[in-house]
Amino acid sequence: MMHERALRGRTAVVGVAESDLGEVGPGITALDLVEQGAGRALDDAGLSIGDVDAVFSHSAFYGMPTVTLAERMGIRPRYSDSTATGGSSFLAHMRHASAAIEAGLCEVALIAYGSNQRSASGGLISSGQNHLPSYETPFAPRLPVSAYALAAARHMHQFGTTRRHLAEVAVAARRWAQLNPAAFERGELTIDDVLGSRMVSTPLTVRDCCLVTDGGGALVVTSAERARDLRRPPVYYLGGAEAHWHTGISQLDDVTVTAASESGARAFDLAGLRPSDVDVVQLYDAFTINTLLFLEDLGFCAKGEAGDFVSDGALAPGGRLPVNTNGGGLSYCHPGMYGIFTLIESVRQLRGEAGDRQVADARVALAHGNGGMLSSQVTVLLGDASTV
Amino acid sequence: MSAEIPGRAVELCIEDGGPHATYQALLEQHVLAFQACSGCLSAIFPPRLRCPRCGADLLTWRASAGRGAVYSSTVIAPRGQEPYAVVLIDLDEGYRMMSRIDDDAVAIGDRVVVAPARAGSETIPLFAVEGARR
Ligand SMILES: [Zn+2]
Repeated sequence: MMHERALRGRTAVVGVAESDLGEVGPGITALDLVEQGAGRALDDAGLSIGDVDAVFSHSAFYGMPTVTLAERMGIRPRYSDSTATGGSSFLAHMRHASAAIEAGLCEVALIAYGSNQRSASGGLISSGQNHLPSYETPFAPRLPVSAYALAAARHMHQFGTTRRHLAEVAVAARRWAQLNPAAFERGELTIDDVLGSRMVSTPLTVRDCCLVTDGGGALVVTSAERARDLRRPPVYYLGGAEAHWHTGISQLDDVTVTAASESGARAFDLAGLRPSDVDVVQLYDAFTINTLLFLEDLGFCAKGEAGDFVSDGALAPGGRLPVNTNGGGLSYCHPGMYGIFTLIESVRQLRGEAGDRQVADARVALAHGNGGMLSSQVTVLLGDASTV
Repeated sequence: MSAEIPGRAVELCIEDGGPHATYQALLEQHVLAFQACSGCLSAIFPPRLRCPRCGADLLTWRASAGRGAVYSSTVIAPRGQEPYAVVLIDLDEGYRMMSRIDDDAVAIGDRVVVAPARAGSETIPLFAVEGARR
């Protein structure tokens, strides 16, 4: 049996696109946005429907998402994967697609997502109904935010992390968003604005929470061989790993340490890289605490030290580590399951087409997805041609 | 971990129904139940059929003394309502659960005690800070 390390550099992202983002208005369905993003990603790759033989998707809006997507677009796939790990699903799809392509199960994979949650309901759509008895919801947490708030409160208690440290994350995201024309929130935002905004679930204010927007996006993945003949510079898959330890936050033994500590270590090992090799970082920032936890768990700083690590604009443009260069779920776009955008922005940065927000000499990107209540964690490392 | 099975044995009031049904039936009698594994002596919550630590089919129902310490806490203040704290509690028997404390001053580390309350047609295990007036 081959080692997973053999997947390094064997597949590449050859097309990416967003659908319309923000507030698309009534009369546009989630599936419309999936189709729009997927069509644009295929256009970007210079490929057509007939080239696609594998579909990967997840949706909170309709069942059998790959079957639904394939019918809509006229795709008759020979490989279909609806892995549903919340917002991290699309990073898992990236790994699964790479393995399937290398194994010869398919050649051109389409990974797509879309949500009209803002126009449809104005609230965060969660990743699937649950008809089981709950040992959490009877106590009226505001989910998902209260789960993340419990992690933040404990992190503050244990490590001296402050609300100001959390606010640094929101402000850095906003400063990147100001460089991204596609970002939903681009107005000025200061630390004091974050600290003074409406409290939702202590210690998290509304500015510590992601946006509620519409939006979608897609990626086209194929073999490295095929990628070389396509119109866009290939962005290579270097390694990826998935981990999950719990669903409800009450079942995470130490809420200051997520399964990203496992997915990150494994992804770096598979890619033969270390955190210091990463030029640009995209983390699923559903809440400001996520960024702190993931910077620690992925090895960019030691456990408990993320507060200091992010201080003084360290994650913002011109700071020590470019994190969430599109503006993140906090300021750019958050249509319920944000993970696919960590991959799309990574690809744009590695292709050097990120405009005003372009990170100089970006060769290695880390994309990290989160799903549920800090539950599912998936890390993917991507690189440009110099890395393979 | 102690070398003994945690908690106090309970007389089961019902013989049929799944793990949740048994838990809820005990709760209706104001017994805060959890499971203990006779294989590895772990305290297990929420209820299930097999031990998630060692895989053994050896779970027995136990009664908690209903005392523990707050592991983490978040306060929610809905418009027009009294603020309340949603908490994670480490029970003395060695398991964790979420609950609610109707006291927004509760802090991590506070000692708390179960205070079963009606919620609709069911009883739910709310908690209170130990020694506090309710
Ligand atoms: Zn056991």
